[in-house]
Amino acid sequence: MQSSKNTLLSLWQALFGDPIRAFGVVSLLLLIFLAIAPAKNHFSEWRHYQKQYLTLVRSRGDAVTLERHFHDHDGIQQIWLPQLGVVDRCTTCHAGLKETSLADVGTQPFRRHPAIPHTLDQFGCVMCHRGQGAATTVEEAHSSTLAWEQPILPARYVQSSCGQCHRAPLTGTPQLNLGRTLLARYGCVHCHTIKLPDGRAIKPTDDPPSLEHIADKTTREWIYKWLEDPQAYAVTATMPNFKLNEPDRRDISAFLIASSTPLAGDTAPVAKSEKPPDPTAGASLYGESFCASCHAVQNAAGNVVGGDVGPELTRVGTKVRPEWLQAWLHNPRVYDSGTAMPHYRFTDPQLTVLTAFLGNKTDSDLLANVHLDAATPEQIAHGKLLVTEYGCASCHEINGIKKPDNFAPELTRIGSKPLTQIIFLPGMQHAIPDYIAAKIRQPRAFGAALKMPQFSLAPAQIDALTTALLALTDRAHDLPMALTVPAKPPSDYQPAGRAGQLMSDLACFSCHAINGRGGDMAPDLTWEGSSVQRPWLQAFLKNPGTLRPALIRRMPRFNLSDDDAKELTDYIMTVYQTPAFDRDSMPSSGYPSAQVEQGRQLFYSKYACQSCHIVDTKVDKGYVGPTLTQVGARLNAAWVYHWLKDPQAMRPGAIEPNRNMSDEDARALTAFLMTQKGSRQEAKK
Amino acid sequence: MMIRSWRTFFVTSLMLVIAGCTRNPGPASALKPTAFGAALVESSGGKQIGPTGMVLPQPLVVQVNDEQGAAVTGALVEFSGPAGVTFDPASGLTDSSGQFTTNVTLGNMAGRYQLTAHTLTKAQKPVELKVEEIALGYQEQVGFQLDTKYCSRCHNPESTPERVSNYDNLEVKPHPFNEGDTLNKMTDADLTSIISHGGPALNKSALMPPYGYTLSKTEIEALIAYIRLISDPPYHASGIVNAQK
Repeated sequence: MQSSKNTLLSLWQALFGDPIRAFGVVSLLLLIFLAIAPAKNHFSEWRHYQKQYLTLVRSRGDAVTLERHFHDHDGIQQIWLPQLGVVDRCTTCHAGLKETSLADVGTQPFRRHPAIPHTLDQFGCVMCHRGQGAATTVEEAHSSTLAWEQPILPARYVQSSCGQCHRAPLTGTPQLNLGRTLLARYGCVHCHTIKLPDGRAIKPTDDPPSLEHIADKTTREWIYKWLEDPQAYAVTATMPNFKLNEPDRRDISAFLIASSTPLAGDTAPVAKSEKPPDPTAGASLYGESFCASCHAVQNAAGNVVGGDVGPELTRVGTKVRPEWLQAWLHNPRVYDSGTAMPHYRFTDPQLTVLTAFLGNKTDSDLLANVHLDAATPEQIAHGKLLVTEYGCASCHEINGIKKPDNFAPELTRIGSKPLTQIIFLPGMQHAIPDYIAAKIRQPRAFGAALKMPQFSLAPAQIDALTTALLALTDRAHDLPMALTVPAKPPSDYQPAGRAGQLMSDLACFSCHAINGRGGDMAPDLTWEGSSVQRPWLQAFLKNPGTLRPALIRRMPRFNLSDDDAKELTDYIMTVYQTPAFDRDSMPSSGYPSAQVEQGRQLFYSKYACQSCHIVDTKVDKGYVGPTLTQVGARLNAAWVYHWLKDPQAMRPGAIEPNRNMSDEDARALTAFLMTQKGSRQEAKK
Repeated sequence: MMIRSWRTFFVTSLMLVIAGCTRNPGPASALKPTAFGAALVESSGGKQIGPTGMVLPQPLVVQVNDEQGAAVTGALVEFSGPAGVTFDPASGLTDSSGQFTTNVTLGNMAGRYQLTAHTLTKAQKPVELKVEEIALGYQEQVGFQLDTKYCSRCHNPESTPERVSNYDNLEVKPHPFNEGDTLNKMTDADLTSIISHGGPALNKSALMPPYGYTLSKTEIEALIAYIRLISDPPYHASGIVNAQK
């Protein structure tokens, strides 16, 4: 202790012993301190990278050009876009972003930027990649530190940035498009309000069933099993797993059954046919009715085959009561007025056959170990409490329970949620994408008492959902409308009158879109009245024939009465007319034979239409487009002509290429196609 | 009182510092294989096409077999790949059917990624399996979407129930887009011309219609970028060759 004190004392003496020496030492120190700033500048990271970049470009064939580009922009670079709120200095180190000849450079920060539709100068970097644009060190620009909130967005979520301005689906952003669909499809928005920047809230598309008459439909045992693990009943079920314990499942099932009210008609006894039904009749009726367009069934190999509009039917016989099933098949709109399922007009024998066929889709293992004693009033009361607490009524209508408002936190600006408001899990990177993905992957990892259930999502679906949520940033909401690419507002188009009622009853909008509303499984019918001939349409509604042989999803036969078919035909022919041309401007027959022959030549040689279409079943094989053997009896001549001139103008997104056809060619082809009258022509031969 | 609270503060902060400095127990120590195989084969998930930086649509599944070709349970499989590729999980033991499944995320650069699966034989000799996956950048991704919508019905001979191929119905067979032996010999200008003006533009079949009035210039460029990337054998652009150190 004493000796070190002596050393210090002698050091003090040596440096500041007399005033002159002290002055010298202090001056020296001052000089050193003054030198720190220029030295820091000189040895800064970005200068180091710029030197490296120069070394790189000097080794290349086009060194002179590359060097000149670089020296035009020496020193710290900045892209400043006040309207977008962008201040980016990234190009200081990322010096080769615009150099196409650096395509083969694999090391950062000198890679060329891959081709995208936007330029660097107009959009900067942080708009898409996040990070701290104004920072000039690697660490500060890319990572989140105490002072900086925004780390670089991992490439797997980069499409979220497109979604800040682009509100409609884009060809180049399949992941974002999928994520936005899933937010509605998996019912996230039943509990979480998500308001889009244009002010409207995302609406769910999953339509969870009402539970007001659940006891008509199924048993308490099935509900109990379903609550334990919905995916054990149907692998495609979108209902999440609430991880309920045994007594809770018992009590919730007790409450749901107790609160259910019976519906007249659901209990009519199932008709028994006198003779044993043909075992193949059910399968063929199921096939003919194209049930598989919407419903999937898991086959022996474990593959789920069929559509996903309606629920999977692999074990439906174990779930539903036969009486209910028969009533549902008779008219689903009695039980659920808004269902996507059409009201098939099945005959009584057909109903019996189909009810028996579906009722046989059972799984004896599913409910084998479920034994429930009669429910006590306490259990029912506890069940009601649980149903309220878990927010079941956010998705399902339940007797005696009101739909809760704002049951879960609003996610309108989740993409910019301040990190200080988030409780991260230990070991997790402190960044918003990681938080969102982890929360979707395993919500209860953030606390066993949390209510958010466990969804069964594939990794790609989780990434897609995360991407869609990350697009909901402050910037997305605060951008001036002029700088965004808005989506078409959703349409709530509803056709009027009796035809409108019929179209709802037949659930046309589940597959067809009209005036912006409806599904995309079948053709858009907005201008159907200009497109087809009246007799064909009426016959088709009565008995839909095959237009596209390669499609597995086709228009089912609804057993429409003559009156109903006529009503629909009248409405479609009158209302769904394009303003683009006059339907009666071209005759449907009577074209000169020379013109018809010219059309035939054009069809087979110049335009080679037979690669995708069939007019002569003996020679032609193409089946990308519809079969044209009876197109002259099906389509309107003026429609054919205008379609040939510009298919995309008639139906946006049509895959038939625009051939830039001359008027003369289009007229000749129309003449030829209008002679294809199908069976009538064949009968003449 | 003051002193006590100071002491409490000091002790607490010291404990906090110690707690902060103590490392969390790292990931479970390296897995010990319970069995060894002789060969590694790919079950599924190779030759996939997916966007850069994203999880591939299908997981990569490999199987460890013994000398007789029977599946081996409990063999250690490890995956490795070029920079930027991540595996979830990167290593593990084969399951009861001898398989090990991992989700692959490709790197941020568009291109081909060679992934390697490793396992050890009983004699501690390494066995390797190489799997190739292709990552699509933005442009190639757009090209892929366009291919799916407009081209694949004829150019992809494979049929699925959802999309029946028209390939067999065509008298002159179209070239599948990965057919490098033919397509690599065509320049970008040739491809642009045949897509825009149809087969006859290059004295080829009229069954190939022109898409120049349907697709934009950028879309056609995207389609070509995609065709070039998935080509097998790989396409090497001719053009300026830069000397490199």
